[in-house]
Amino acid sequence: MSLLSVRNLQVLFAGEHGEFAAVDDVSFDLAPGEVLGIVGESGSGKSVTALSIMGLLPRPPARVARGSIVFEGEDLLRYGERDLRRIRGPGIGMIFQEPMTSLNPVFTIGDQLMETVRVHERAGQKRQRDRAVEMLDKVGIAGAERRLDDYPHQLSGGMRQRVMIAMALICNPRLLIADEPTTALDVTIQQQILELLLDLREEFRMAIMIITHNMGVVAETADRVIVMYAGRLVEQAPVDGLFARPAHPYTRGLLDSIPKLSDERERLKTIPGTLPNPASVPPGCRFEPRCAWRVGACAAAVPPLAAIAAGHDSACIRHRELPVQ
Amino acid sequence: MGRVILNRVLGSIPVILIVTLITFGLMRAIPGDVSAALGGVSSTLAERELIRKNLGLDQPWYVQLTKWYAGLARGDLGRSIFLGKDVTQATFERLPVTVSLSIYALVLTLIFGMVSGVLAALRQNSWVDQAAMMFAMIGVSMPNFWLGLMMIVLFSVQLGWLPTGGYIPFTQDPIGWLRSATMPAISLALLQIGLLARITRSTMLEVLRQDYIRTARAKGLPNYLVVGKHALANTMIPVVTVIGIIVSLLISGAVVTESVFSIPGVGQLLTSAILNRDYPMIQGGLLFVTMLLVGINILVDVAYAWLDPRVRYEGG
Repeated sequence: MSLLSVRNLQVLFAGEHGEFAAVDDVSFDLAPGEVLGIVGESGSGKSVTALSIMGLLPRPPARVARGSIVFEGEDLLRYGERDLRRIRGPGIGMIFQEPMTSLNPVFTIGDQLMETVRVHERAGQKRQRDRAVEMLDKVGIAGAERRLDDYPHQLSGGMRQRVMIAMALICNPRLLIADEPTTALDVTIQQQILELLLDLREEFRMAIMIITHNMGVVAETADRVIVMYAGRLVEQAPVDGLFARPAHPYTRGLLDSIPKLSDERERLKTIPGTLPNPASVPPGCRFEPRCAWRVGACAAAVPPLAAIAAGHDSACIRHRELPVQ
Repeated sequence: MGRVILNRVLGSIPVILIVTLITFGLMRAIPGDVSAALGGVSSTLAERELIRKNLGLDQPWYVQLTKWYAGLARGDLGRSIFLGKDVTQATFERLPVTVSLSIYALVLTLIFGMVSGVLAALRQNSWVDQAAMMFAMIGVSMPNFWLGLMMIVLFSVQLGWLPTGGYIPFTQDPIGWLRSATMPAISLALLQIGLLARITRSTMLEVLRQDYIRTARAKGLPNYLVVGKHALANTMIPVVTVIGIIVSLLISGAVVTESVFSIPGVGQLLTSAILNRDYPMIQGGLLFVTMLLVGINILVDVAYAWLDPRVRYEGG
């Protein structure tokens, strides 16, 4: 049984000219202990998907119009605020892109860690404190005991992201959603944070949903990948399958745009064009206007997500014809 | 922390001295002098000259100024020409009246201003928000002396519930104090309530959009902690600065309110001192008011550091 099962999720945003779908008909599963990478450009609907799972969409302007989000057998979309609060923390933890602004500047990190334990478990002051120290220790913060009384501004960006991870994991969630966890960090720190996440996955036996636009992060961490484009899922595959045989032109574009050390000062490859305006998406395949392999049929109807190999789905009607790389 | 306060206290001394200098200059710059008021309309020029001589007003301005500063250094602010008593004594008889009225108005401002601002932010664009902001708009736009007069007409003249004016000290009769101070405090506070409500609302809305609020929700904190702890603590930082300004406005606004409700406070003391050109009284009275305002500003800075750890640590 899967830990998380998202089915036909559609999230609408109120815009100036009526509502538009920021996430449209997205379905995927996540097994216990699995690391799932969600990739796509900014605006592809990755973060909106994550926030819908947490029940943290800004409402208004956003609303979930259709679909289900089943976590451990319960549909979170049917949950009220009270039940969702029980899931946030002990069920699903979340960390964000901006460690510099994600911690409250006026409270100590000890206080922010301990209050999480306090609201979810009946634990005394002493026990809360022990848990906070233990977690800071686990995320690799030296002298954890002394750090409890520090304020966020006294820590570096990498340290703050470690504190965020400690806070998200302090109630032992079965799923950690990491929304661009390393984007705002230095390259060397990025590596440390990713390794830390993988180590903690082993230790806490939790699943991780890692949202990124960086294919390198996916290659290093994910077991399985889903690729999103303009609110739709265009390809999903085990990480090896995706890199070996990308079956959607958009995925190929993303892979081509990774700079390679072997290239001799060649210009970086980019995908021509930009994301379609969400208020007026193309009627057929949303990638069609930017696609080098487009044919007439691409603009006629939305291409369905079809299995092309075991566990490998693509939403490209010409995936068979794509040249082998 | 102690060093920060000491620095601020020392730094405020030049401010106070400059204010006394400006007061001195302004009073000499406006026409008319105390001899006319003291001698009466029928006094001759020679009589007035004698009065001026007796008061030392015939001396050059720099001699008068030096004498006043010399007195200040000894802690002697001179005698009021009209009241026939010590300036310090006269001020301290009136100061508690103005201070208690201002504190009452401040309490009203904090309760109604903050609560309506927070509620408006939490229910943005609802009827609560619209009603609160309309009320705030009225408060900001309505002149407080006019509001005072209207309240007197309604509650004192028509309904006869409250006295039209006068003042009963709190220590003498708390109920009487409440009856005499409520209308003045409301007319004084209404503008500040409007100001504070609007600032609180916009600050709160800004804070609610911050990443750390999303983090607090993502941890599964209940709403009362997200708003009452995480959002409110950050909202208070800019709001405290505004509260400092509001206190200054309350004290200066008391001058007008005191004359509308015939309350014997510092405002009335200084107004009549200015009309009579009672130089020592003006000079000394304003010195105390300045010190009060400077003290409040230091208090605001301390509160600021207490609320915001980033400021606290920079200060050392």
